[in-house]
Amino acid sequence: MTRFLAWAMFLFGVAYFALPLFGMTEFSLRMRRGVYSLDAYRVVLGDPQFQATFAYSTVMALLTIVVGVLVVVPTAYWVRLYLPRLRPVVEFITLLPLVIPPIVIVFGYLRLFNTSSWLPLTGTAAGTNLLLLMGYATLSLPYMYRAVDNGLRTIDVRTLTEAAQSLGAGWATILARVILPNVLVAVLSGAFLTFAIVIGEFVMAALLNRPAFGPYLQLMGANKAYEPAALAVIAFVVTWVCMGLISLVTRFQKFTPAPR
Amino acid sequence: MAFLELSALQKYFGANHVVRSFDLDVAKGEFVTLLGPSGCGKTTVLRMVAGFETPSSGQIRIDGRDVTALRTSQRDIGMVFQAYALFPNMTVAENVAFGLRVAGRPRAEIDAGVREMLTLIRLPDLGGRYPFQLSGGQQQRVALARALAARPKVLLLDEPLSALDAKIRVSLRTEIRAIQRQLGITTIFVTHDQEEALSMSDRIVVMSGGVAEQVGPPFEIYNRPATRFVAGFVGTLNQIAAEVIDAGAGRLAVGGAEIALGRAIPPGQGTVSLALRPEAVGLGGRPGDIRLAGEVSEVSFHGSVVRVRVEVAGGSIAVDTFNNAASRPPAAGERVEIAFAPSDVLILGD
Ligand SMILES: Nc1ncnc2c1ncn2[C@@H]1O[C@H](COP(=O)(O)OP(=O)(O)OP(=O)(O)O)[C@@H](O)[C@H]1O
Ligand SMILES: [Mg+2]
Repeated sequence: MTRFLAWAMFLFGVAYFALPLFGMTEFSLRMRRGVYSLDAYRVVLGDPQFQATFAYSTVMALLTIVVGVLVVVPTAYWVRLYLPRLRPVVEFITLLPLVIPPIVIVFGYLRLFNTSSWLPLTGTAAGTNLLLLMGYATLSLPYMYRAVDNGLRTIDVRTLTEAAQSLGAGWATILARVILPNVLVAVLSGAFLTFAIVIGEFVMAALLNRPAFGPYLQLMGANKAYEPAALAVIAFVVTWVCMGLISLVTRFQKFTPAPR
Repeated sequence: MAFLELSALQKYFGANHVVRSFDLDVAKGEFVTLLGPSGCGKTTVLRMVAGFETPSSGQIRIDGRDVTALRTSQRDIGMVFQAYALFPNMTVAENVAFGLRVAGRPRAEIDAGVREMLTLIRLPDLGGRYPFQLSGGQQQRVALARALAARPKVLLLDEPLSALDAKIRVSLRTEIRAIQRQLGITTIFVTHDQEEALSMSDRIVVMSGGVAEQVGPPFEIYNRPATRFVAGFVGTLNQIAAEVIDAGAGRLAVGGAEIALGRAIPPGQGTVSLALRPEAVGLGGRPGDIRLAGEVSEVSFHGSVVRVRVEVAGGSIAVDTFNNAASRPPAAGERVEIAFAPSDVLILGD
């Protein structure tokens, strides 16, 4: 009986996620009357605006990952090594972006950095891009920090640090040669999540008026029928490829026992 | 002048006085062991030498240079940890090469150094393995090679054998000592295992409560313990309560029997403890031995040694005798006579 219930719940869950996905995919293939075709995809992929916004968001996502790694890895390492009692506090801080809506962050940025402020970042495209990048880095914080902190848990941070110090290594060497390689898998999984989030982000990009993929999605959705469905499927595939890569890199690390 | 000098080292953790005025001079090439019970401050002393802890006061000099204020990476030390602490992301060869690389040595020198070290630890073919592919004993040997590769001035080992199983632990003792001798490297070794300390060291520092109770070669520590703590901590020690009859003549009463040590004992005490190593006591005895009657309470067979516990007036005495296939050891309940030479008796004050 409980077995049956468990299966029923499972099938319900699958249906809950799969049916809309199936419907959307099916719809995206019906651009040509009467037959299934990839016309919607052809149109979307051929759209120069799609190419531009997708490229923009991809670059932004990669930069976000770089900034995230540079900020999060040393911080998480430092906290673990010297401020272990502050870990819950730091963890709470990294969770704030999930609680505070992005729109609040953006309005904060606009107040602080508008053209009549002491640091008028919004006055130039480059400045606004930088703002957006920082916003994205903030958004990625919960995922990045958690992933890296989990990675650090699997190694004896303190003893490895001391071993490296006794061999004459300084901080930069320790971080780059000892700590980072050992949390790389964790960093990558955080990175792919970040990528998936940034690629589809709408609020920040729209309010800062940057040509990102999220606003483009929204624009298409408001004006077209089949193309948005195709775009959604594409975005979905990108996300899932990221997820797949996470489990793939975990498997291909040379220096840990192969998972069964 | 000593190669490694610790003078008046102190360490407080908050209000906890963990190391109290610790002095130690280690000669170049010497192997010194810090021995003591858990929590006595051995690791703390070692970590101060390594630079992982800052002394509350006192001074550390290595090869004439005051290193007290230097960072670990500037002290020119090698360290081996209980938990191996090999870098999991590097191969054995890369681990061993780490110190040389950090020092910016040329490629050829690094390769030669790594090869030499791997030969030294008798793992010349495992350079390409990752640490997780090695046994515990192999990992610890690699850790030793890694610590030694850049030829540090001082080698520090914190209970490097504790995580290993008994057989490997014993064989690795000999191996570590041989390598240490071969390289002539000044070494401080921390352990709470007295057998390890006695078998490996040039000198032992017996520590208790953050103080060095006695410093000396193993033979002296074992046979002439300076304090009751040292006597009790190093080796098994039998103690018999005795009443002093005549301190000057060394006459004492144990139970009803009177014994004569034939030498004076420190005056001014009504009762003293007579201490005896198990191997100094026999069941037969030679002429001139002191004899005490007792009853066997327990017999345990350890292979080459048979330990017989005998209850005598004034205490319980462990007697170690060599196994002898021709004669059966006594059984529990049997009445026997224990015998020991007066010169083997240690008189312990407080
Ligand atoms: N970082 C620290 N902060 C506070 N107290 C500490 C710290 N490190 C050690 N202590 C305390 O100092 C004392 C000595 O510790 P230490 O590690 O030197 O002992 P040990 O002789 O190495 O013992 P063991 O054989 O268990 O390793 C202990 O009471 C310990 O609780
Ligand atoms: Mg210790």
